[in-house]
Amino acid sequence: MIPVPAFLSNPERFMAFSRWAAPMFGALAVILALAGLYLGFTAPEDYQQGDTVRIMFIHVPAAWMSMFVYACLGTASFLSLVFRHALADAAAQAAAPLGAAFTALALITGSLWGRPMWGAWWVWDARMTSVLVLFLFYIAYMALRAALDDETKAARAAAILALVGLLNLPIVKFSVDWWNSLHQGASVFRFDGPTVADVFLYPLILMALAYMSAFGSLWLLRIRGEVWRRRAEALAQRAARA
Amino acid sequence: MSRVGTLLARETALAWGKGGGPMVAVGFYAGVATLLPLAVGSEPERLAAIAPGAAWVALALAALLSLDRLFERDYEDGALDLLTLSPVPLEIICAVKCLAQWLATGLPLALAAPIAAIALGASPMLSGLVVACALLGGLAFAFMGGIGAALSLGARRGGLLTAVIVLPLFVPPVIFGGGALASLAAGLPWSAGFVLLGAYAAAAVALGPLAMAAACRNALS
Repeated sequence: MIPVPAFLSNPERFMAFSRWAAPMFGALAVILALAGLYLGFTAPEDYQQGDTVRIMFIHVPAAWMSMFVYACLGTASFLSLVFRHALADAAAQAAAPLGAAFTALALITGSLWGRPMWGAWWVWDARMTSVLVLFLFYIAYMALRAALDDETKAARAAAILALVGLLNLPIVKFSVDWWNSLHQGASVFRFDGPTVADVFLYPLILMALAYMSAFGSLWLLRIRGEVWRRRAEALAQRAARA
Repeated sequence: MSRVGTLLARETALAWGKGGGPMVAVGFYAGVATLLPLAVGSEPERLAAIAPGAAWVALALAALLSLDRLFERDYEDGALDLLTLSPVPLEIICAVKCLAQWLATGLPLALAAPIAAIALGASPMLSGLVVACALLGGLAFAFMGGIGAALSLGARRGGLLTAVIVLPLFVPPVIFGGGALASLAAGLPWSAGFVLLGAYAAAAVALGPLAMAAACRNALS
């Protein structure tokens, strides 16, 4: 097993670790975001995109996180399915809404960026389409989780779905790229700065790290909340039986 | 082998004979194909441009419609419990169920698909590829859809949940089949999309039963 989950798989150790790690990541996220936003807003205007280039600092890290969180969700689901570990399941459950939020943020800011750049709120560009499908995967995961009353059954069914999605996402990505090359058209509008100038790169990296820390903090907080909720439920059941 | 044969006969008889059988799926397909021109407009040139794609996406929706009865009935009346006790592995049982689903809805839909495509204004020379895509795609829809049907066993509003789970999984086959049809309609080489659709169907047939069996065991536990 991977060393980090192995260390944290002990609930007591996890609670002790997350108790100070969650606020620390949160503080780190605020500092990094302040620095990143400051550099982002003091950066010179892009010669082509003008001021709208600043949307990149919000948008691109969100798009990265949407994929990173799904990888976390898939890994946690795998651990919960194979080792039947309750904490891994809590981690998967806690990651899904965060991932959906990052994906929605990427889609919304992408749309806001597309309007001045492409003159359209939405373009069926390969990347936008695959992020939209990724959003649908998050929705399906949360819908399945919510629809099953029995919690252990819901956990395992959702973990199976997360793994099916993990296998399917590369295929979806490939198929959407293939479809896009078939239909042509969007490639002109793509924003590929092959070399992003340093003035833009540093705030971008800072914002990516800020998003990562924010996710770490919120994820740990949500897992802690889930652990507490389950403990409270177990206590309530014990009290009802007594 | 005879066990599998018996099971296939049972599943096909149930899927074909009970609850309207293929009539319902084909009727739904005809209904969607009728609604399309009413919404888009009946000008032949506009319809002809979207005809193959519209026929194809209506097919995916029709395949979705009959998924909810794949496992739900057997789960409710306890037949699924009995099936898991048989010496045949649950993976094979799930595969047989999906195969029967394909025989009872995929085949009739594949025969109806060229009629709908031509009625919408597609060139009749597309018919052969429409049938072939519908057959292969139907296999992929049945086996990927089976995963959604098995996962939503015992859920509230299972039918709607199955659709939400399955539709993102239908993205690749819809793209590949639609791509092949659009290429042929434009006079371009179409084999790439068709071959990719076949590859996806093969992967769905090979891997889908594993996920379905895991989901069934979980629902029955």
